[in-house]
Amino acid sequence: MTLTVRNIATAALFAALLLLPLYVQLTGDRFMLTLFTRIVIMALAAVSLNLILGFGGMMSFGHAAYLGIGGYAVGMLAHEGIVSGLVQWPVALAASALYALVIGALSLRTRGVYFIMITLAFAQMAYYIVSGIARYGGDDGLTIYKRSQFGILDLSNKVVFYYVCVALLLATVYLVWRLVNSRFGMVVQGARSNETRMRAIGFPTYRYKLVCFVIAGTLGGLAGALLANHNEFISPSTMYWTRSGDLIVMVVLGGMGSVAGPVFGAVALLVLEEVLSGITEYWPIILGPLLLLVVLFARGGIDGLLSAIKRPGRAGKEPA
Amino acid sequence: MTLFVEQCLNGLQFGLLLFLLAAGLTLVFGIMDLVNLAHGSLYMVGAYFAATFAAWTGSFVLGAVLALIATLVVGMAVEVIAMRRLYGRDHLDHVLGTFGLILFFDEAVRLVWGPEGLSLPLPSWLNTAVTLAPGFSYSAYRLSIILVTLAVAGGLYLLVMRTRIGMLIRAGASNREMVGALGVNIKLLYTLVFGLGAALAGLAGLMQAPILTVQIGMGENILILAFVITVIGGIGSVRGSFIAALFVGFVDTLGRSYFPDILRVLLSPEAASTLAPALSSMLIYLLMAIVLIVKPEGLFSSSGGR
Repeated sequence: MTLTVRNIATAALFAALLLLPLYVQLTGDRFMLTLFTRIVIMALAAVSLNLILGFGGMMSFGHAAYLGIGGYAVGMLAHEGIVSGLVQWPVALAASALYALVIGALSLRTRGVYFIMITLAFAQMAYYIVSGIARYGGDDGLTIYKRSQFGILDLSNKVVFYYVCVALLLATVYLVWRLVNSRFGMVVQGARSNETRMRAIGFPTYRYKLVCFVIAGTLGGLAGALLANHNEFISPSTMYWTRSGDLIVMVVLGGMGSVAGPVFGAVALLVLEEVLSGITEYWPIILGPLLLLVVLFARGGIDGLLSAIKRPGRAGKEPA
Repeated sequence: MTLFVEQCLNGLQFGLLLFLLAAGLTLVFGIMDLVNLAHGSLYMVGAYFAATFAAWTGSFVLGAVLALIATLVVGMAVEVIAMRRLYGRDHLDHVLGTFGLILFFDEAVRLVWGPEGLSLPLPSWLNTAVTLAPGFSYSAYRLSIILVTLAVAGGLYLLVMRTRIGMLIRAGASNREMVGALGVNIKLLYTLVFGLGAALAGLAGLMQAPILTVQIGMGENILILAFVITVIGGIGSVRGSFIAALFVGFVDTLGRSYFPDILRVLLSPEAASTLAPALSSMLIYLLMAIVLIVKPEGLFSSSGGR
């Protein structure tokens, strides 16, 4: 790992995330801890989306569905009296993986703009399904009275829960980084650049992409399980399509070119939302055009800006 | 039986309304290669304009005409200010940029009209029932929606297939550089097409306004349906979206009214009443999945002519 501006910034960001509870302890600013727990969870979801969006070239507009599925797995089991995290979390991951497998198998038959619309439509379908299930609260959502139980690991302690989230985020970033640089990741990226050629040299790209789609979905489900525990509440609005849009914004704002880019994006977007909503009640009226400006003038996102800053005397290639 | 016929007419009306939205979406995609998520916002804006202008002028028809013109102007302004810069970019850029526009429109509407919804009352001459057959009457307003949308669909067909502008639109869809090189003002043409799509969305919004409340976010749910239609019909094909829109309109309307009864026969009443709302809203997505399995490019893909 070379000392580029980008790598230094990434290391600094993760160090800051790790030290945040210390700052909260010193200032007593509990709200920061709540805010950043949410940011870390959304960052995890954004990193998983980037695996298919940035590296796989699969423009999924339905990633919030996994947040909902993972969250509802936790919520429904808790509602039925099963509070052990060792049951809840594997179920959340398995349910997300299964959904990703079915949706992916259908959606990957298409490409480009069809893929965007189909993943969007299926996520909306999932949204309408949970809205219609009266037993688990329907439209109103479901309150989770007890966080997932992991024996001595007490998730209802906010600092402990924050560190669990950060640890899982770091693990996810590492996993995605290993995956992207593995043979598997090379095939998936090859399929993004030129699928016909990859098929011609003998790779069953459909299967590789499907596996990639399922991995990303499973990680999304993990973020969903965390989010449900964080909010102690889950509702259909978690998987509303604008949430999927938010996740895409995080990925593109952070930069699709690197594994850690979406973490920057999640921090930037959610902090920006917080700051803007402090200025005016009508903050989306500023955020909307801002997004348009980012699309028009800052391609590559934050990651692109960071890699553009070269250390003197050091030019050339950087690792992905 | 009369109920069934009524539901069929409702399905037809809903399908035709969806066609207005899907047609604009697919025209803009087919010709400018632009994915416009903000299409639903123009639908919403059309409804808000109609409610406001109708209240100002005191006339439903005058309000509708003014709203249509206003939506057309808003659409062209959006094209000139924002969309124009997105042509030729990645589809992901379109998604993100137009997502930003949705945020902007929703909030601008909240700023101008407030968070509460508006209502658009029908004039008395439309708020009646028409007797179509002995013992069978149907809402005059819904019937007029069917007639207006059919007329618009016919007009659209004539415009695209039989006029000089339509010829340029079709030519621009297949090779924009060549059309530009032949001396056609392609920028203006694109602005007009986008404005046309916006006006169609606005028309759908203002016609739906008296049936539903005019509220923020009304364009987003229906936008997803319009996406489903364009996927089923084949992106870029106006004919495909017409057929798919009718199909979706029927399946959705009839599914919601009869699917619970069918379930009740198959399952216990209790299970049926819990499953029915969830399953009947799934129907059109299942339909889309089936179409995708059979024909991944939609029923009428744009390469097969429109």
